Amino acid sequence: MMVPRLAAVPRFATLFAAFLMPHLASVAAAQEKPYFVTYSQDLEEPGNLEIETKTALARPSDSSHYGATALELEYGVSAWWTAELYLDGQSTGHQSSLYTGFRVENRIRPLMREHVINPVLYVEYESISGADKTLLEVVGHDAETNLATENGEARREHKHEAEFKLILSSNFKDWNVSENFIAEKNLGHSPWEFGYAVGATHSLRGKASVKDCTFCAEKFIGGIEAYGGLGDTQSLSLRETSHYIAPLLGWQIRRLARLSFSPGFGLTSSSLDRIYRVGLAFEIAQPGGWFHAQKGSTR
Amino acid sequence: MRLRNAVIWLFAFGAMVLAGAASSSRWEHVPSKDHARANPLTGQNEAIEAGRTIYRDHCLQCHKVDGRGDGRKKPSLRSARVSGASDGDIEWFLRQGDLAHGMPSWSNLPEAQRWQLVAYLRSIQ
Ligand code: HEC
Repeated sequence: MMVPRLAAVPRFATLFAAFLMPHLASVAAAQEKPYFVTYSQDLEEPGNLEIETKTALARPSDSSHYGATALELEYGVSAWWTAELYLDGQSTGHQSSLYTGFRVENRIRPLMREHVINPVLYVEYESISGADKTLLEVVGHDAETNLATENGEARREHKHEAEFKLILSSNFKDWNVSENFIAEKNLGHSPWEFGYAVGATHSLRGKASVKDCTFCAEKFIGGIEAYGGLGDTQSLSLRETSHYIAPLLGWQIRRLARLSFSPGFGLTSSSLDRIYRVGLAFEIAQPGGWFHAQKGSTR
Repeated sequence: MRLRNAVIWLFAFGAMVLAGAASSSRWEHVPSKDHARANPLTGQNEAIEAGRTIYRDHCLQCHKVDGRGDGRKKPSLRSARVSGASDGDIEWFLRQGDLAHGMPSWSNLPEAQRWQLVAYLRSIQ
């Protein structure tokens, strides 16, 4: 099966943007954390749709620089269940730009009450090619050499993978601390691969300002995350695994968008030296409401 | 005829008891330590104004203008149940949410913002 070329994506994106434009006025701000790899207990508010792009920019040694973007559509099915679709693509210098596959993911909070530690169960199906470089998780013995394969060759490899995460997350004293344990299985004959992600965030100020503002401290959230591979069932060791540490900064730009940025630093010889990530998210409040009239109140 | 009246009264009484039970049960689970907490921002006008902005950003989409509710599943916040709750009850409930019934948890907001919301909710009763 051929993976469709990236050329189809801009046309789809233009149509999609044209449809959404009139509705961007109903965007609501979300207090989401600027994590790129780690998940916290935050789910999408029920009925809301968030559109987010997460871009990774890096240069593996012995290869060209690349930019890989995941377009995420995240929908709050209920207050305890969020469903997500990711469409991935990448562009590598002196090579090509291409669509690298999709992921479908569900996150469920099994406990309806708030606890000191809140578990969230995460289940994902991925259909991606070997050219996917979004690095939204690092597992097993993932290494920078995997990212150095030429696009033409890498895109011929197709991976059908199932991924499970146990997300543990705590909100206390304006901190969020999250730990994720990852198990991933190529549905072919590969072994289970394991990984982790941990992170902490804190908003720069607790109290909200009286006036609407763009640059006030409470609009910024700082933090740090660390993630990496823990080997696989054939070799459950940290030898030749990649690990990263990445400071995080998130900025809620009024009610319009959320921008996040993170420079990541590789900690082992298998890791990329540096990976820069940029995220841009728009939240659309209650798009379901566009299709039926409101009862009893005005907007 | 008398029997019909009696049945109507019985239903009306039953409905009142049920409504009473529903309205009190929301706060029954609040731990006494949380129930007793007072809003540290009480009496500050800025807290109400800041709460109004947070309300617009996070709550308006469901609870609508001035907390009047959507007439369906998202309740009005100008109610005897809300005005009868202590500051601590409301702050606790915002932290918990009611995930099973569509109310998200707001434990991800800084605590000061939850108190600003409580100040705003008090101001619209
Ligand atoms: C996604 C929709 C949604 C959003 C957003 C939302 N709520 Fe709610 N809220 C609900 C629903 C649904 C209920 C009723 C839950 C139930 O029946 O237990 C509720 C219940 C409540 C109650 C209890 C009311 C009562 O009569 O017992 C309060 C107080 C409340 N919300 C405050 C807020 C505040 C403050 C915000 C913003 C920070 C907010 N809600 C955001 C859906 C929402």
